[in-house]
Amino acid sequence: MTGKIAAVGNGDCITVLRSAGVDAFPAEDEKKARDVLRKIAADYAVIFLDESYAVSLAGFLKRFDEQPYPVVLPIPAAGGSAGYGEKFLRETCERALGVDILFK
Amino acid sequence: MARLNVNPTRMELKKLKARLATAVRGHKLLKDKSDEMIRRFTVIARENLALRREVEAELADVMKSYAAARSVTPSYAAQTAFVLPAFTVGAECSTESIMGVETPSIEIIGGGKVAEFPYAFYEITSEADYSAARASELLPKLIKLACVEKSVRLLADEIERNKRRVNALEYVMIPQLEETIKYIRSKLDENERAAVVRLMKVK
Repeated sequence: MTGKIAAVGNGDCITVLRSAGVDAFPAEDEKKARDVLRKIAADYAVIFLDESYAVSLAGFLKRFDEQPYPVVLPIPAAGGSAGYGEKFLRETCERALGVDILFK
Repeated sequence: MARLNVNPTRMELKKLKARLATAVRGHKLLKDKSDEMIRRFTVIARENLALRREVEAELADVMKSYAAARSVTPSYAAQTAFVLPAFTVGAECSTESIMGVETPSIEIIGGGKVAEFPYAFYEITSEADYSAARASELLPKLIKLACVEKSVRLLADEIERNKRRVNALEYVMIPQLEETIKYIRSKLDENERAAVVRLMKVK
């Protein structure tokens, strides 16, 4: 199966990814990002999402955790990483194992 | 622990014993599965953490060089320079099974190399070249991270589900069956003793 790669976000972040050959979808706020995600989820295999949106859309993004595709990856926005990815990983770890083994 | 609502007969006893044997075997198998999944999970989670740190650092660098390019070019010029991509990358998607959990596995097609730039060189400064080239180089890593992170999430969900199954067997199903078997046995013994006493009295 051949899939496509998309980036949803605001400003510089997606502009740079677009130059790497990724389809970019601008979204200026969470609501727009959610609409865009809903629209493109079926067509794209990998979707890079601006980290700041991923935080507020966490509940919405849960629905993508059921199947292997699409893969939604929160990436740090232009302002640098807010540590959301690591925080999320820690939570996942705690949920699965009961303890946090990565960040002792 | 509540016992099951069954008639205390030999038939039922036999049935329950078979169910208990299945439950115990299932419990052992699920527990083994859980152990192995947790082992795999720790490996993948560590990989995920390392990869994420690496990618975030590199992405920040790419952003920085893009910001540098933009700072010397008017913003509309920078936007228009990047507005049409020179090429599109695709992804070859398949799934891989980790302990029965379907996880994504993606190969990138046509990307990962420094390809042609989406703009003419006079449009924007050379800093933009670096950021575009670096972004292209970074893409395979980003895809790898996406795969690994998704695997971690899927595996975590499966571990959670499996744990619930193991606990249900260990703390509900097996004690219930054991108690019911004990109850039926004592009832049958009681009946037998009653029959013996009755016979002795008749004689």
